[in-house]
Amino acid sequence: MKDSVSFRLNGRPVQLDVDPERSLLWVLRTDLGLTGTKFGCGESLCGACTVVIGREAVRSCLLPVKAVRGKDVTTIEGLEKNGKLHPLQEAFAETGGLQCGFCTPGMIMNAYALLLKNPKPSRPQIVAGMEDNLCRCAAHHRIVQAIEKAAAGGAS
Amino acid sequence: MSGARPPLVTPPTPSEASLSRRRFIRLVGGGIIVLFNADLSDLMGQETRTRGYPTDFNAYLRIAADGRVTVYSGKIEMGQGVVTSLAQMAADELAVPLGSIDMVMGDTALCPFDNGTYGSMSTRFFGPALRAAAAEAKAVLVELASERLKAPKETLRAVDGAVVSASDPKVRVTFGELANGQKIVRALDGKAVPKSVAEFRLMGKPTKRLDARAKVTGKAAYAGDVRLPGMLYAKVLRPPAHGAVMKSVDTSAAARVTGAVVVNEGGLVAILAPDPEAAEKALAAVKAEWDVPKPAFDDRTVFDHLLKSGGAGQESGRKGDLAEGEKSSVFLFEGKYLNGYGAHAAMETHTALARLENGTMTVWNSTQTPFPNQAAIAQAIGFEKENVRVITPFVGGGFGGKSGGGQQAIEAAKLAKAAGKPVQVCWSRAEEFFFDAFRPAAVVKIRSGLDAQGRISLWDYQVYAAGSRGAEQFYDVPHNLMRTYGRWGGDSPKMHLFATGPWRAPGANLNVFARESHLDVMAAKAKADPLEFRLRNTSDGRMRSVLEAAAARFGWKKAAGPSGRGVGIACGIDAGTYVALVAEVKVDAASGRIRVVRIACAQDMGVVINPDGATMQMEGCIMMGLGYALTEEVRFEGGRILTKNFDTYEIPKFSMMPVLDTVLVKNDELSPQGGGEPALVPVGAAIANAVFDATGARLAEMPMTPDRVKAALAAVRRPGTPP
Repeated sequence: MKDSVSFRLNGRPVQLDVDPERSLLWVLRTDLGLTGTKFGCGESLCGACTVVIGREAVRSCLLPVKAVRGKDVTTIEGLEKNGKLHPLQEAFAETGGLQCGFCTPGMIMNAYALLLKNPKPSRPQIVAGMEDNLCRCAAHHRIVQAIEKAAAGGAS
Repeated sequence: MSGARPPLVTPPTPSEASLSRRRFIRLVGGGIIVLFNADLSDLMGQETRTRGYPTDFNAYLRIAADGRVTVYSGKIEMGQGVVTSLAQMAADELAVPLGSIDMVMGDTALCPFDNGTYGSMSTRFFGPALRAAAAEAKAVLVELASERLKAPKETLRAVDGAVVSASDPKVRVTFGELANGQKIVRALDGKAVPKSVAEFRLMGKPTKRLDARAKVTGKAAYAGDVRLPGMLYAKVLRPPAHGAVMKSVDTSAAARVTGAVVVNEGGLVAILAPDPEAAEKALAAVKAEWDVPKPAFDDRTVFDHLLKSGGAGQESGRKGDLAEGEKSSVFLFEGKYLNGYGAHAAMETHTALARLENGTMTVWNSTQTPFPNQAAIAQAIGFEKENVRVITPFVGGGFGGKSGGGQQAIEAAKLAKAAGKPVQVCWSRAEEFFFDAFRPAAVVKIRSGLDAQGRISLWDYQVYAAGSRGAEQFYDVPHNLMRTYGRWGGDSPKMHLFATGPWRAPGANLNVFARESHLDVMAAKAKADPLEFRLRNTSDGRMRSVLEAAAARFGWKKAAGPSGRGVGIACGIDAGTYVALVAEVKVDAASGRIRVVRIACAQDMGVVINPDGATMQMEGCIMMGLGYALTEEVRFEGGRILTKNFDTYEIPKFSMMPVLDTVLVKNDELSPQGGGEPALVPVGAAIANAVFDATGARLAEMPMTPDRVKAALAAVRRPGTPP
């Protein structure tokens, strides 16, 4: 049963006529054509589908799109402003905090929410905050370095 | 194809090759195009001879009128970084800025044939071909410039995308100007001389990934990110267990779901819908009955099965006489080492989008083997190979798991053909764990001996199902024999219930675990320091140097094990690269958990093209290695795969990060060797040896899970067993 669902996406209002039980992930990837948010496991276990709702990192694969009615959703496509990368994006690219790149949008969005709440996290806080985002290429060391670098530069 | 000048070398042109070549030139347009025509069989070794690698044209490079250089490579980028290192090679040899290179990879319509991206071969084997092509292109440009500038070739040099007079820098012409209006096809005869290491300008320098910006912005496209008008998403009916046979299927209820299209094509039952969740819902309404056979073994009994089903062994490395070796030994040792099935578990599941248009099936495919997949798709849908095009966007991790038959691509192509619309197949994580070509479960048995001087006097090595990679002998053993039973490729159906295939450094992770664990057992008996014991027993200079480099970086202090400190060392050779690794662990006896605290790793990979990329590969290998060593194991029973997602298949996480130190041992005398796999191979053994050093307990099965650690600790505590 389709219904109208409205929310803010990357700073702009969107209104969709959509089955409200469908996941935010696939609505983003199909109806809205934003493919930066990835499908990895479908069960909230890997973090590839992480987006930020308000100030919280949320797994979009199990979240029905109706749950974001009236909310602010930020995806990886929303971080770059006027052609300028977000400091986290800059730091991931600079330190090589990625290999195949498939987990990268979810990593960056999770780190983005982490820094919103705690702009100067310690290394153990970063490790704990990123723990449930998986990277099979095992770029963990450089991902942590990237987040530290962005935090040192005052990213938020 | 004739241009302003005829090709300077006319290669023999088999009809298929010239057809593809004409098509290629039509597709890419004018400019200066270099085809590599040398026989690559020496470089590609056995691979070419057994699989028929075409020797006609193997590297493409095009210089356009705007000065941009396009490199066409049948290799694919899956995170290993060749999109950057290949660009470095081309730019350096051609004398253009790195930023003027565009890479086109893994597109069967544009790129030269390639067997696939695996075995750490891109830099080793495609690299020299590409460098030669670029060196040749530079020679052509200098020749053209010599005519244009009316100056002898000897007085000109290529710098930063232009040919310049050595005596007067104002006398110059850019590559773009030279290429403008040209249609030059140059077939390379292999005579161009690539640069020596001393002449490197971009190669050998740490270089940032060229794909980083696309990947941090979410703009990098993977197979699942391609969107076409009217495309449908498929969900395919799957069997409940391996070996299951469908008895009946009823799709009538699914067909009534709004928007769902049912396809039933020769056993391929699928639902197509405008979004994957609608397809999933309709698929749940499909009723199917299956005959599920009872297989003879499960994940606990598989090792006995392997030992029985290996058939006649293949001998290699025979030296001396085993009976003689036994006689000369004062101590004899026997060991058995096990490893269960492992999954590749790339973050991107197998995905393909297929579109049939004007008689051509185009498939955007997440694969390490676009060309073999092209052939497989063509055969599956009854097309000529020329009418199937495989395009490989960025691949979201492979590790060997995407080098298989292209099942997802075949499914997408069949469904697109049946539906008359573009169809995407994106496997769920459970499908990924079900159809993965697992690293085979395998067994190694070693019988060995030590003489009175503490030297290895006997080495009798038997490996079941893993193959011999990584088991080749580099210790100085007078009486040696290796026997290999079964292979992970061809013998799969005989030995395993499901597909098995190459898993990053295939076979080598277990072989090195077995050999290096066994070495430590012998060192402990000899009351020797494990590093000193290895140095005593190998005269191989490259191995000695990486052992010494890793130990120095770690700060290794001599002691016989178990010393209680929890440090272990292991070494190996993979893809031509030598690697040694020292691990320090803490073992929590109560929980059985192993915590890897620190790792130092040294690697000699010959000439290093991109030190930054090579280091990233080492770090990734080591961190990934913690998974196969400690946590990763596929569970199955009755042909059903019980491991369905990341809650039951634990891959390395942030909290497992050890302090990491990597060393690239300089060896510019040797051409570039493999980098994508070597540092993975010693991880398991170094950890097992460190656990022994900490506790006196020997772990002979990977993964070294808490239960297995506790069992091993209990075994050393038993009365009468030495601590």
